[in-house]
Amino acid sequence: MTSHPAVRSRTSSVKAPGSTTASGPRSPQGGAGSSRVKSRPADRIFFGLSFGSALLIMVILAAVAIFLIVQAAPAIAANWASNPDLNSGPTGSFATFWNYVAPLIWGTLWVSAIALVLGAPVAIGIALFISHYAPRRITGILGYLIDLLAAVPSIVFGLWGIIVIRPLLLPLTDWLNHNLGFIPIFSGQASTTGSTILAGGVVLAVMILPIISSISREIFLQTPRLHEEAALALGATKWEMIRMAVLPYAKSGVVSAVLLGLGRALGETMAIALIISPSIGFYWNILTEGKNSQTIAANLALNFPISNVLQREALIGTGLMLFVISLAVNFLARWIISRSNADKSGRKKRRPKAIVEAASAANGPALSASDSPVRATGSATTKPEGTPA
Amino acid sequence: MTAISSGAARKSASKGPGPIVNSLTTGQLPKFVEFYVLAGALIVVGGVMLFLGFNLGGWLFLSALVYLIALGVLSAIAENRRRAVDRIVRSLVTIAFLLAIAPLISTLWTVASNGIGQLNWAFISQTGGAVFNPETLKVDITTGALQAIVGTLEITGIAALMSIPIGLLTSIYLVEYARPNQPIARTVTFLVDVMTGIPSIVAGLFAFSLFTLLVGPKAFSGFSASVALSVLMIPIVVRSCEEMLRLVPSDLREASFALGVSRFSTIVKVVLPTAIVGIITGITLAIARVIGETAPIFIAASFTDNFNANPFSGPMQTLPVLAYTGIKFPGQDIAASNASAWGAALLLVILVVILNIIARVIARVFAPKGAR
Repeated sequence: MTSHPAVRSRTSSVKAPGSTTASGPRSPQGGAGSSRVKSRPADRIFFGLSFGSALLIMVILAAVAIFLIVQAAPAIAANWASNPDLNSGPTGSFATFWNYVAPLIWGTLWVSAIALVLGAPVAIGIALFISHYAPRRITGILGYLIDLLAAVPSIVFGLWGIIVIRPLLLPLTDWLNHNLGFIPIFSGQASTTGSTILAGGVVLAVMILPIISSISREIFLQTPRLHEEAALALGATKWEMIRMAVLPYAKSGVVSAVLLGLGRALGETMAIALIISPSIGFYWNILTEGKNSQTIAANLALNFPISNVLQREALIGTGLMLFVISLAVNFLARWIISRSNADKSGRKKRRPKAIVEAASAANGPALSASDSPVRATGSATTKPEGTPA
Repeated sequence: MTAISSGAARKSASKGPGPIVNSLTTGQLPKFVEFYVLAGALIVVGGVMLFLGFNLGGWLFLSALVYLIALGVLSAIAENRRRAVDRIVRSLVTIAFLLAIAPLISTLWTVASNGIGQLNWAFISQTGGAVFNPETLKVDITTGALQAIVGTLEITGIAALMSIPIGLLTSIYLVEYARPNQPIARTVTFLVDVMTGIPSIVAGLFAFSLFTLLVGPKAFSGFSASVALSVLMIPIVVRSCEEMLRLVPSDLREASFALGVSRFSTIVKVVLPTAIVGIITGITLAIARVIGETAPIFIAASFTDNFNANPFSGPMQTLPVLAYTGIKFPGQDIAASNASAWGAALLLVILVVILNIIARVIARVFAPKGAR
């Protein structure tokens, strides 16, 4: 999304600030002032401020975890059966906190899995289309359209799901239920309103499309052009080129993109809360009215306003579990990226030196091989059409 | 590799006497065969479905299926298996792209068509809600979104005021001060990555917990929602600013240092002016990202029909929450609640689109000269 200004400011910035440097107020002071340079108070204050903000980020993340734990602890420790605040209302009929949160975790994972199964192949297809199939001239616009999908607020997708996706999927729901009802996930009494896991999963899939496809796209674009051209020169068709040159190169990046999409799906609240008519429990069914597993986030959004203090703390406990799960997914994704980066930089060293130098010169000094493919979104579009080699 | 060499040895289709054939194009389907097959598939499936009952979604789906099969078979017969696979994949990838564009158009169209009826001056300038009128003994319902517009602007504004300095300074630390492999810098980078993955509703719970412990129960306030949004916004700002700062050529910094300019002056007078366009664009997009967040505001600021412009006390209404509550917790007049929900959603989309356009314009107009 931000890649275009990136390209512009990088390629052109050489000229713009040249005048700034030359007319800088400190410039006439001579070259021998290195000791004086270090002791300027403005310098130290500024360093303190920026270092402080960096530390503040650690503090914030720690605070998120600590405050959630502190708030959730009373409800997790409480005796749910005998506590009058907990054995009625939304948390009634659950013996302990874990009995309450386990089905919610299941629902979260299940809905996200459906969304991933539906969304990830399409997202990777989009990424391939934009990076390798679409005419060069319009790739920028097409990428912008997909990014626009990420800019639509989730609540709008929720409203759209209610009045468009639910009725749209009803015929499919009936058909699957009639003809494939023997498969457990399609079994049960088919919904008549369309408030099913399937509808929620479809909307969720649309919402995770942009994140998966934009990351995959950047990685597909980073495939060494020489590999692609070598495959084409050997007579490979475009698909064979992609299968042999692009996909192996991008595999780990795509996996982590999918995991980041999963992270987004896990925490998605409003679309699920609006579309699915939930019940807390372990259900496989995706086409029914009453057997839709509830997710943590949607459960929070629906029950938070109508809960008493202790029930709210129980809900915060479920939020803590969601936090832990999405942290784990994110850690995994980042770990895969960093590991594949290590692989790639290792592989690069074995390549002829000239190519590596040319590539690093083209990519700019800051965006070297140590940058992860995800972070280097600015570099992908700056990749030259034909690497000079 | 074997597939390629066997393919290269593919036997030419035409041998023997007759007019001279172009050996490069024989054995290939005509240029626009995809379009012919697609038109054929649409017509055939449409014709069949006219007898069995027409259904737009089913028509498109079955046509796509018939198209893929027909193209594959045709190509496998006239060309070869490898080309058939290539053509099918090309079609599949294109279909995937169309599958993503369809919801985008459908969403925007749905919101526009449902919300446009609501959008008038009264909706923007009135505070909505139900008021009991003691003279007529009826409940007067006014639809309006003023309280939500004010709430959205205040909450997002405060969140931006908190996140932009923190995010920008952090990125300056990461790019300008920290050495690349310094443990603290690596930890911060990693934590920013992790922070981008915090589910938005968890940020709302954090703000709620924080203010419950500080202020006591019923700690709903606009400021609390701003804190929640900041947790979501800071990593986005850090990320985009960091990217922009890294794109500033290090030659510029070195030239400045060589002239004896201090690090502070170098950053403020050389690095930031160079990257400022990208930074502003990134920040605008970050604001556009958080302005549509529903769940954290819903948790931290709750919702209300009253006009409340004080972000430090009492629940505040916002546009996304108005859209949510109008559908999920409607008032007595359900139709009016739903209508104001759609109006709020449309207003929200318009705000997001305006912010995106601003970001584009900044990037385009204020880009350093010579880039175009």
